[in-house]
Amino acid sequence: MARLAVKADKLVKWFGEGEAKTYAVRDVSFEAYFGEMLYIEGPSGSGKTTLLSIISGILRPNSGTVMVEDKDIWSLTGDQIADFRLNKVGFVFQDYHLFPKLTTAENAAIPLILKKVEWDEAINMATKYLEIVGLKDRAQLAPVKLSGGEQQRVAIARAIASGPDIMIFDEPTASLDGETGRRIVDFVKKNIMNENRCIIIVTHDSRIFEYADRIIKMADGKIIGVAKGGLREE
Amino acid sequence: MKGILKIAFKLLVNDKGKFAALLVGITFAVFLMVMMTSMFAGILHRASSTIINIGAKIWVMDPAVNTPANSIPMPDYILDAARSINGVKYAVPLYSGAGLVKLRKGVYQSVTVIGLDDASLFGRPDLIQGHIEDIYAENSFIIVQDSEYPKLGSPGLGAEFEINDNRGVIVGIARVNVGSLFGTPTLYTTYYRAVQYIPSMRFTISYVLIEPKSVADILHIKQQIKSLGYEALTKDEFIHKVSEYYKYQTGLGINVMIMTVISFIVGLSISGQTFYTFILENLEKFGALKAIGAKGSELVYMILFQATFTALTGYGMGVGLASLIIAFAKLRLPNYAAMITYTNLGFAFVMVLIIAAISSYIGVRKVLRIEPFDIFRG
Repeated sequence: MARLAVKADKLVKWFGEGEAKTYAVRDVSFEAYFGEMLYIEGPSGSGKTTLLSIISGILRPNSGTVMVEDKDIWSLTGDQIADFRLNKVGFVFQDYHLFPKLTTAENAAIPLILKKVEWDEAINMATKYLEIVGLKDRAQLAPVKLSGGEQQRVAIARAIASGPDIMIFDEPTASLDGETGRRIVDFVKKNIMNENRCIIIVTHDSRIFEYADRIIKMADGKIIGVAKGGLREE
Repeated sequence: MKGILKIAFKLLVNDKGKFAALLVGITFAVFLMVMMTSMFAGILHRASSTIINIGAKIWVMDPAVNTPANSIPMPDYILDAARSINGVKYAVPLYSGAGLVKLRKGVYQSVTVIGLDDASLFGRPDLIQGHIEDIYAENSFIIVQDSEYPKLGSPGLGAEFEINDNRGVIVGIARVNVGSLFGTPTLYTTYYRAVQYIPSMRFTISYVLIEPKSVADILHIKQQIKSLGYEALTKDEFIHKVSEYYKYQTGLGINVMIMTVISFIVGLSISGQTFYTFILENLEKFGALKAIGAKGSELVYMILFQATFTALTGYGMGVGLASLIIAFAKLRLPNYAAMITYTNLGFAFVMVLIIAAISSYIGVRKVLRIEPFDIFRG
């Protein structure tokens, strides 16, 4: 039986007050498992990024719980949540958010440095992660000298550097052409995914749906359906 | 913490354009602040040159005296009264006034004349040439070889000149610790001759110089002099009085202060604005760091480190530049009055820290407000 990685229960999040009050997430519950690649899919404004932020410890919900290892992450203090993100979650942002003034290896080493690993050791470890994503020979280059796909892979190397249980990908193919996007997700599925890791991807790129184990469909802040093994409805 | 500071360092120095702009701003501000305060310190130092060069421990004067050059003559009984105070080891008169020297070519040159006590020659300068006993010879004067010396035609031993219609002869060439402020050559002679040659009022003593038996006697001496209606100041107190006069009663201090404040504002504007732009440009990256797991305190340390590093580097460069300029100016202009003091350096250091604090405060506010969620939202 698959182990539970994340259990979201009755999550509600709204923005604004009074007449400007807008619900981004309405009473959302779902579970994600280790060894699973879970997609959250939906049109713009459907609340998928808000949901991703809540389950990754970035945005506090107005109500509901997010259980990770039998603990509600939103019962933690600010610093404890920062530690949770650092130790348990790996982020790959849509725009990568690499530091242009640092080398590729230094960018990949950031989570390790935040975990107080010595500088040289962190760079050595980061270089190994760059090797995993096929960019060892680019370790000393600035990210701006890399292609979009390569920058995406640097972001993946940075995300896996802290050895996270949960990986969060926000629109990983949005800035890439179709073929490169598919190759990236294929690479993640084959090389980053394992039975002790849960990968949650927010996307509306149907070209990569074939790699999903499950797809949660969202609209207007609600889950409107769950597909499994491609686009089959449950 | 070392690693995160190294990231902060690389983010800062690898952004060469911004880093250069920050350094230029702070260096320029420090340079101006140090230059202005050093010139003022130099002026104050030279304004007290007579006090420093004579070296007496206690100076008795009319309370209205503000600077050594503007002495108010005192009656002779003050000297006698001073000598009779318990705790006074000895007391001697000093004459300080201005004379007019007629040069060989017929032009006049004003000079400062110091008349030393005939018996003790207390406060005499170090002689480079000549013998001090020669000061007792007829019409004898000792000239100070400082930056004003050439104004009298750089006279050698035996050179004759005319001072206030009296004959004068150079019998010694001396050096002093501090040159005068007002650009006039300085002549030393005996008190008696100075009073004879320089027109004066009924009273002739400019200052009474007192050597106390011990430091403990100074307060008593000051009280006794005060009871006579005069003022006794220690050397440091007199220098302080001169300094206060130039600072607050001549407008000089206010002008220097205004220039220094302008320098501070210029530095703050350039570096504050540049640092703010630097933070704005990296705001998303700081947000990403926050999302990855950096704590707010770590981001604050990064910004404080960047601001402090820039401030200290700029401070060093500014002080170095000011030192070079002053040294170069002194090579070319021997009477250039500028002096870098620890107080000036400390003042500029505090100002730079304030610039760094204000700049980083703006940055810290911005970075602490950025929500990692904004990074996801784009």
